[in-house]
Amino acid sequence: MDKLQLLMLLALALFSVGLLGVVIRRNLLVMLMCMELMLNAANLSLVTLARQTDTTAGAVLVFLVFVVAAAEIAIAIPIVLLLVRRRHTLDVDAYADLKG
Amino acid sequence: MAHLLTWIVLLPLAGFVINGLAGNRLGNRFVTIVGCGLPIVAFGLAVECFLDLMAGGGRTPLVTPVFTWAAIGDRTLDVAFYFDRLSAVMTLIITGVGSLIHVYSTGYMKEDKSYARYFAYLNLFLFFMLLLVLGRSLLVLFVGWEGVGLASYLLIGFWFEDPEKARAGKKAFVTNRIGDAGFLLGMFALFYALGTLDMDTINAAFMSGPAPVVSASVVGILLFIGATGKSAQIPLHVWLPDAMAGPTPVSALIHAATMVTAGVYLVARMSGIYMHAEFASHVIAVIGVATAFFAATIAVVQTDIKKVLAYSTISQLGLMFLAAGVGAYGVAIFHVYTHAFFKACLFLGAGSVIHALGGEQDIRKMGGLAKRIPVTFVTFAVATAAIAGIPPLAGFFSKDEILWFAFASSMGGSPVLWAVAAATALMTAFYMFRLLWLTFFGASRMDHEVEHHVHESPVSMTGVLAVLAVLSAVGGFLSIPHFLEPLLPLPAIPAHLHHFEMPLLVVSVVIALAGLAGAAFFFGDGAKRAARVRAHAEGLHTVLSGKYFVDEFYERLLGRPLVWISDRVFLRLGDRMLIDGALDGTARLAQRGAGVLSRIQSGNLHRYLLFVLAGSAACLLWSVTRG
Repeated sequence: MDKLQLLMLLALALFSVGLLGVVIRRNLLVMLMCMELMLNAANLSLVTLARQTDTTAGAVLVFLVFVVAAAEIAIAIPIVLLLVRRRHTLDVDAYADLKG
Repeated sequence: MAHLLTWIVLLPLAGFVINGLAGNRLGNRFVTIVGCGLPIVAFGLAVECFLDLMAGGGRTPLVTPVFTWAAIGDRTLDVAFYFDRLSAVMTLIITGVGSLIHVYSTGYMKEDKSYARYFAYLNLFLFFMLLLVLGRSLLVLFVGWEGVGLASYLLIGFWFEDPEKARAGKKAFVTNRIGDAGFLLGMFALFYALGTLDMDTINAAFMSGPAPVVSASVVGILLFIGATGKSAQIPLHVWLPDAMAGPTPVSALIHAATMVTAGVYLVARMSGIYMHAEFASHVIAVIGVATAFFAATIAVVQTDIKKVLAYSTISQLGLMFLAAGVGAYGVAIFHVYTHAFFKACLFLGAGSVIHALGGEQDIRKMGGLAKRIPVTFVTFAVATAAIAGIPPLAGFFSKDEILWFAFASSMGGSPVLWAVAAATALMTAFYMFRLLWLTFFGASRMDHEVEHHVHESPVSMTGVLAVLAVLSAVGGFLSIPHFLEPLLPLPAIPAHLHHFEMPLLVVSVVIALAGLAGAAFFFGDGAKRAARVRAHAEGLHTVLSGKYFVDEFYERLLGRPLVWISDRVFLRLGDRMLIDGALDGTARLAQRGAGVLSRIQSGNLHRYLLFVLAGSAACLLWSVTRG
């Protein structure tokens, strides 16, 4: 097992942890952190594969993902703050107002 | 100078716009000046145009192209005004009698709260009527034709607060629509066959050259169906008596002098077709004489002063169609012309009587008015003598010529037609003198209260009556048929019939005097003899005063089935079941479907994520298995 395979496995593990966290945890902030975890798993795999194929496109894409992640968190955190100010809880199940 | 034609048409329209938009704010004096002034100016211009026409010999029509309405392929539909001898006669009648009636209306409608609206409608009517007689193309004529129908509707229902009057307006409008359908089909056939709707071109095409691809009789009958609607001939005559719901000057202008003669004008104008349509001409003659006869029998027993005149109008229109049906188009227009004078005078006289009696229209509650309202009486008597055909008044000349051509014309004249027309003339003289007798002679049968208030009408009304009475008296000396002969040649008279002319003339005079004598005999002396006759023929009286129950028959034949179909088929089946059902069903389906789908939207973020997860997994699985 070479280094690249190891890195890919690490990325898979990170992604799985993130996904699991989002699905089972109820704390909004933890869910957001888990999302970041998934994005970084994707970044890791991009960089790894760019290295393997000896191209730069993957590395460039990583920067785009950084930007998206930053923007996402910049919007998500204020939303969470506003929600919390209203209901005084971080439990995601408390926010089911859009039930059809 | 030919631009004057456009002005003749546009001036009444300007009157309509001004009075219609601003009349209420500008006061009655202003409305009077605009409403009467513009038609009078139009009359002046019409005289000017007439002099122009005659200065050019009277054989070349004045033509004013205005604009091209539509171009279909290489065929164009032009709006152009056309002024020949026939249009000249009609235009002068319309603007002349029209102006007089406008002046009369200033007195008659003085107290009405919708004074401006009345004059606006009256001017609108003149605009469309002039469009009708001045248009060169059948299309322009048709626009005018529909327009006068609209104006007629508006004026019959002028006092629309009374549902009965509003209904009479609707009846007139709907009945006319039936005729208009025939008219439209005739126009389609002509446009299909000839590619033009210019009436002089159509006449020329039928008069000369190879026969057009469309039968003259078919087109002739279709156009005549339109004429039966507008001119109240059997079977579409039912609207005219009800149209008396409108103000009396309206009855005089629209439902006696001008609009209802549009059908006669149409037949005369399209004489190129009818001269070659023997069958259509026979139909016109028979319908005309039948209408004349039946309407006259009804008029004998009517008790409403305006209803008598309405049936008399239908009857006289029938005589005009009889003349047109035997090829004597000029004579038909002659009767249009004399009829415009004496019938307008009669209606306006009736209006003056109604005015004097404060709205009473029942001749059983009149009597003895001759001394109370002398001017009205004298003019009414002159017009009555004119319509009865007493020489040398106007009606005598035109009616005598109609009878003569009905007898002797080489284009379908026959003794039978003459006999029926002569019987009609006899009844006309009888019921007109009956009307005169019951209204003006004998003892008064008025209520005391009404009798106390009887007064002669203002000079704006009596002056007009006097002018019309003079015209009814002397109008017949102007030989319109001779004037129109270059345009509308009179039919030939077979040589062996010529020696009948003088005897028939004498018979006409005798008929008129017999009618007078009969009326005096039955209705003099307190109408005792008439009452005795009535007692002996109660059944006949019921049929006649019920107007042969044509309205009831139409109600059974058309009205009720139509209501039934509208209710059951169109409303309940079509509208409520099919259309509403389909729409409601679709809406309910969407609602239920949304109800089912909305359960997925639980508001639970984790469940959404699970769906996303499952979806992504399925996509991955699918892409892997597909290779």
